[in-house]
Amino acid sequence: MTGTLDHLDQLEAQSIYILREAKFRLKRLGLLWSLGKDSNVLIWLCRKAFLGEIPFPVAHLDTGLEFPEAYAFRDRYAAEWKLNLIKDPCPPLERTDPSLPPGARIAARKSLGLAEALETYKFDGLITGIRRDEQATRAKERVFSPRGLDGSWQAANQPPEFWDQYTVERAPGTHMRIHPLLAWTEVDVWRYIQRENIPLVPLYFAKDGMRFRSLGEIGITVPVASNASTVDEIITELETTRTPERAGRTMDHEAEDAFERLRAGGYL
Amino acid sequence: MAKAPFPIVIVGHVDHGKSTLIGRLLHDTGNLPEGRVAELKAAAAQRGLEMEWSFLLDALQVERDQGITVDTTRIWFKTAKRPYVIIDAPGHREFLRNMVTGAAGANAAVLVTDAERGSGEQTRRHAYLLSLLGVRQVVIAVNKMDLVGHRQSALESVAAEVGGYLRKLGVEPLHVVPLSARHGDNIVDRSQLMPWYQGPTLLEALDTLPTPPSALDLPLRLPVQDVYRKGDNRLAVGRIESGRLRVGDKLVIAPTGQPVTVAAIDTGRGEAEDYATAGHSVAVLFEEDAALARGQVVSAPASPPRAAEAVRVRAFWLDTQPLTSGTRLFLRLATAEHPVLVDRVEKVLDLQTLTDAEAKEVGQGGIAELVLRAASPIPFDIHTEIAATGRAGLARESRIVGGCVLLGAADDVAKPAPKAVTAVSSSVTRAEFEARTGHRGGVVWLTGLSGAGKSTIAMAAQRALFDAGWKVAVLDGDNLRTGLTSDLGFSEADRVENVRRVAEVANLLAQTGTLVLVSLISPTHAMRDQARAIVGEGFHEVWVKADLETCAARDPKGLYAKAKSGTLPGFTGISAPYEPPATPDLVLETGADPVDTTAGRLVEAVRAAFAPAVQNT
Repeated sequence: MTGTLDHLDQLEAQSIYILREAKFRLKRLGLLWSLGKDSNVLIWLCRKAFLGEIPFPVAHLDTGLEFPEAYAFRDRYAAEWKLNLIKDPCPPLERTDPSLPPGARIAARKSLGLAEALETYKFDGLITGIRRDEQATRAKERVFSPRGLDGSWQAANQPPEFWDQYTVERAPGTHMRIHPLLAWTEVDVWRYIQRENIPLVPLYFAKDGMRFRSLGEIGITVPVASNASTVDEIITELETTRTPERAGRTMDHEAEDAFERLRAGGYL
Repeated sequence: MAKAPFPIVIVGHVDHGKSTLIGRLLHDTGNLPEGRVAELKAAAAQRGLEMEWSFLLDALQVERDQGITVDTTRIWFKTAKRPYVIIDAPGHREFLRNMVTGAAGANAAVLVTDAERGSGEQTRRHAYLLSLLGVRQVVIAVNKMDLVGHRQSALESVAAEVGGYLRKLGVEPLHVVPLSARHGDNIVDRSQLMPWYQGPTLLEALDTLPTPPSALDLPLRLPVQDVYRKGDNRLAVGRIESGRLRVGDKLVIAPTGQPVTVAAIDTGRGEAEDYATAGHSVAVLFEEDAALARGQVVSAPASPPRAAEAVRVRAFWLDTQPLTSGTRLFLRLATAEHPVLVDRVEKVLDLQTLTDAEAKEVGQGGIAELVLRAASPIPFDIHTEIAATGRAGLARESRIVGGCVLLGAADDVAKPAPKAVTAVSSSVTRAEFEARTGHRGGVVWLTGLSGAGKSTIAMAAQRALFDAGWKVAVLDGDNLRTGLTSDLGFSEADRVENVRRVAEVANLLAQTGTLVLVSLISPTHAMRDQARAIVGEGFHEVWVKADLETCAARDPKGLYAKAKSGTLPGFTGISAPYEPPATPDLVLETGADPVDTTAGRLVEAVRAAFAPAVQNT
């Protein structure tokens, strides 16, 4: 090993530091596993941070609408990584806010599922894999982000956060979101997957000229045209593309503020 | 291999055009995603507005509706030379916390100034904060040159004003670039309207900025973040803030002073490693069975951190409630949380003149020099020597309300001077007191884990003894902490002081023929030996014994839960050690026996030891 850390080493070390802060400061942690590439990286980092085994539950908010490949992946790696997996089903569409656009309503089922999980398991901290480069409102997030009683995000009134000093004060009945991957970019995630050989749902890799760049539910995630069928090819593709990552996510584009409204309501 | 993006913060007074400049930079360097500009134009049209570049970053509804930046944001872009993260920081004073959040992580800053209006109050505040936050590379962007007819004299007057201000702070502006963000002049493309300007465009200026030196060659600082168990081993985990760590290194832990030897290092690569450096998050096994706790700092014995109970700091204050002398705060220095008292506000900075003024309090957004005092020595570095352990957050409870850099020990802090004292003899002797109470005075010292049952037993025994005619007092650690020892925390030094005070009071009572039951965790041999020394004759040590699991399960005050969640540092049994008495006068096993039984045994032991005091002759 040489002296200086490379970029991925730095990101990894910083994320591990954040995870260990979360573990120290919060009592009932949970990790949200979307089965996507980012949360797989998150699980990978947790296993490193906690010396092999993740000392808290990993929750998959199950809408029943994941691709079959995603379910197969979940069941295989939950066992292989010895995860304490929670996979409760999300509430039905009828219970979501009918004023939201249709794609956002499907996504809002996850917010409801999350609210139920918070109620059931009394989490005081939820670790999620969101990144600042994904979406403009996520770019404004804190690493330790307090949520209101209803799970809401007070975007205009966030605590200061500097020098790795995090505010962990939260009102009773509320929870913190912890975002260890906030500083990572999409291509960082892929380079790390490449370096660490992290397994993924195969839908990310091109088949018949199409692949999923961002993985969500059936019906609200569409594949992009691509011939990248390996991690190396995906990295090459990302280095030149000007199409945003979440272009294939219906709910982001239905209205200017659709995503912010989802997030204010507790969505990731 | 991927290069780390170079983080640059854009700061300056509100409305001087920070967000517009960033939007333009992204557009002109071809870094905007396809369709983004069209999307923004449509959104602006919905509001009946022209498209503003700032809409790219002002992602929140409230920001677009009000046309201001509320919170800091980050955006990635690439030049031919390297990748960047641009951090947009809000210019309103009320959002200073967000500016600090953004700027603290930057390698360099672009200070945006209005060509027409010159610097504003926030220009100066931001410039000062940059120097406090350790951001020393500054490019001045003189924006809105189109509003001053692209005149060279306009640039020169702003450059002289803002540059002069920065120089007073010890910051040399690297470039002063005249530009127009709205029209894209001198951002990426050289402006035809300012032929007199020969310097770099903004983009060229950014590409010249050097990467700050790494902390690799500084002395080792490994703040202990947590202590993990793996099999039979206890490992210190944490991030190396500076220096290097090797297997076999002989190191020392501050503040305990315990020497340790590195037996193994794990950085998560999945194989045994013998080497790690600044930036790595590690788990370290020591050869010795060391007392490890969060907040300790591991260093080399030849270059340890400084230590002082009183430190001088330069602080920025973000809370709405002002800071005054006497304010109690937590100094969050790396992983440590030291309870401190603001001993005094030395001076408050006048941002306009950069002179110090006498002031009693520091308001929101203020910058001041303070002396902070802790009950036990704080391991620290001077910020110019090792940045990461030379700066700290300031917190009220667990809420960050400010930050500071450490300037050094404040040796001159007035400690309460020991007064010249002459002992006065009591007019009534101990024997006389004991003759009246009918039993000997003495101190029965109940030690044990929190939740072992010390207080319960003490109170039950007090009742029984009182009913039997005894003069009996209970000194309960928790009760005393609301009064006699309310100024003390739970650091090692504070706990020693706590025990000392309780022992002194117990002794005074014992002198008056009172039987004193003390209920205090008093975790170490040393503390109890000190108590024994203070009390002298008539000291009885009782171990109220229950195992940790039993105590944690009882958890009558919810303290174990807090300790495990980390909100209660230095908690005995969880994050601080308990040393059971080697030769107690009595052991009461509360896991096995009910309170009636254990309290009864205590009463019997007290009778045997302390009654009757005086034989009637």
